[in-house]
Amino acid sequence: MADPVSTRDLTKQFRRQTAVDGVDLAVPAGAVYGFLGPNGSGKTTTIRMLLGLISPTRGEISMLGMPMPERSGEALRRIGALVEGPAFHPYLSGRANLARLDAADRHSDRHTAASRIDAALDRVGLLAAAGKRYRAYSLGMRQRLAIANALLMPRDLLILDEPTNGLDPQGTREVRHLIGDLASDGATVVVSSHLLAEVEQMCSHVGVMFEGRLVSQGSLAELQAGTTKTVRVDTDRPEDAARVLRELGLTDVASLDGYATGTLGKVEVTKIVPNLVDDLVPVLGFTVRSPSLEDVFVSLTGEGFDVSG
Amino acid sequence: MSAVELLGTATPNLPSRPSPRFLFSELGIIFGRRRNLAGLAVLAVVPIVLAIAVKVSSPGSGGGPDFVSAITGNGLFVAFAALAVELPIFLPLAVSVIAGDSVAGEANIGTLRYLLTIPAGRTRLLLTKYAAILLFALVAVLVVAVVGTVMGLSLFGGGPMTLLSGSQTSMADGILRLALACLYITVQLGALGAIGLFVSTLTEQPIGATVAVVLINVMMFVLDSISQLDWLHPWLLTHWWTAFGDVLRDPIATDDLGRGLLTAAVYAGVFWLAAWARFSSKDITS
Repeated sequence: MADPVSTRDLTKQFRRQTAVDGVDLAVPAGAVYGFLGPNGSGKTTTIRMLLGLISPTRGEISMLGMPMPERSGEALRRIGALVEGPAFHPYLSGRANLARLDAADRHSDRHTAASRIDAALDRVGLLAAAGKRYRAYSLGMRQRLAIANALLMPRDLLILDEPTNGLDPQGTREVRHLIGDLASDGATVVVSSHLLAEVEQMCSHVGVMFEGRLVSQGSLAELQAGTTKTVRVDTDRPEDAARVLRELGLTDVASLDGYATGTLGKVEVTKIVPNLVDDLVPVLGFTVRSPSLEDVFVSLTGEGFDVSG
Repeated sequence: MSAVELLGTATPNLPSRPSPRFLFSELGIIFGRRRNLAGLAVLAVVPIVLAIAVKVSSPGSGGGPDFVSAITGNGLFVAFAALAVELPIFLPLAVSVIAGDSVAGEANIGTLRYLLTIPAGRTRLLLTKYAAILLFALVAVLVVAVVGTVMGLSLFGGGPMTLLSGSQTSMADGILRLALACLYITVQLGALGAIGLFVSTLTEQPIGATVAVVLINVMMFVLDSISQLDWLHPWLLTHWWTAFGDVLRDPIATDDLGRGLLTAAVYAGVFWLAAWARFSSKDITS
């Protein structure tokens, strides 16, 4: 089966700027794919191309195995999307806005519209406020309404651009659970985000955009395996501990107040503590730390999470 | 019920029949907006004012346009006179607001991207938007005609109608002729609506699109009034608008009406295709 999202050499040039440059996305079926990158790195432009809103300058797109934009009508109705924040008619209620979008879908059944709309509103916890005008909604409620729109019809693929933007911690947790539910029901989910910790908690795969290029892509485990682990020894004799670590072949060893650290490299973890004990270094604590997604990200892009120009 | 629970039975290949549902939803938005209802109310005020003004002024003080002086003879002429008064500015302005808002309004608030990812389909969206513009134009014209007829008949009465050529005809025939005039004007406004639809695909500012269409409309009237440019006049959409009065001749003078319908059809076709060419390949970045 073809990947639900697959692009080859996807490129978009605006007048002077290359917004997206030779991107080869591969989102496997059933994945929760975290699409990461600083603001301005080309995430949203890529998503707009995937959804047929803007046409690529170069390259190919296949969505759910169908070439875009040739078969976009067929593909898009199996895709639920949240693109660059919510946008609705301000003077219509949340429910009326969803009814409007449902009416625009030539494949939706008008007889089931009311129940589908209420089910979607219920799923994002907005049923109680469904009759309120959109303009009276808070940012979090607007965001929920946009997610409800993506759930109006059964979808095989969900593309959610910054779904937790503007949500409170409770709402963020709910959305994370919702995404987990959707994925376990068999849908593939692409979530763009700039919140690395959040992506780390819910994604199985990650793609990192930087200055228009896809600098890394793979399962979360693969991505983290590419970087090295660090160990930390808590002790009241950090200098001696550092010496032992150096003798074992660890690099970047440092002794600080109350602990020593080093980069593991190819050294076997199991050898470290016995060696320390043999040298009579008191081991008060020992931890091996995998790099966080943020560390991975910094190592890939060489910088923090700033806006790229 | 979860949306995804239905995945197994989902996405049957329904035939892509054109559904009136999208159009109804579009009309619901147009006629649900207070601004648009206020506009229609303004259109309705003109025949009321006109009828009352003629009623209170002394009879025989004439000298006004054909229709206005004929009002005292048959109330149905209020509708014709109101249409003539509203044709240069009020009716085109109303259509320009709706047409200018059609695509640019959705782009402006961002709903366009959601409509397209539904997917509503770009051609289908334009067709639906244009159908809604045409229906709005028809409603606007009918508001003027119906209010004019009701006001006229209640203030001046009905009965046999004296046509512009001097012959008399029945009340029923008069109403039929009024209906023909309404259809003719709707077609003309529909052509202006196609210009508006095209302009609306060029911008994300609905007000800008509306102003542009109003300017185009006024410009055509201005050009039509410069006698040195008489070679250009037959090519101007608005040049044929006043020909709707020809339905009141006996027999109906079809020359100008036919030419007017042809001109409107060409304008509508050209600008609709221009809108389609523009919109079907446009990058939606709003």
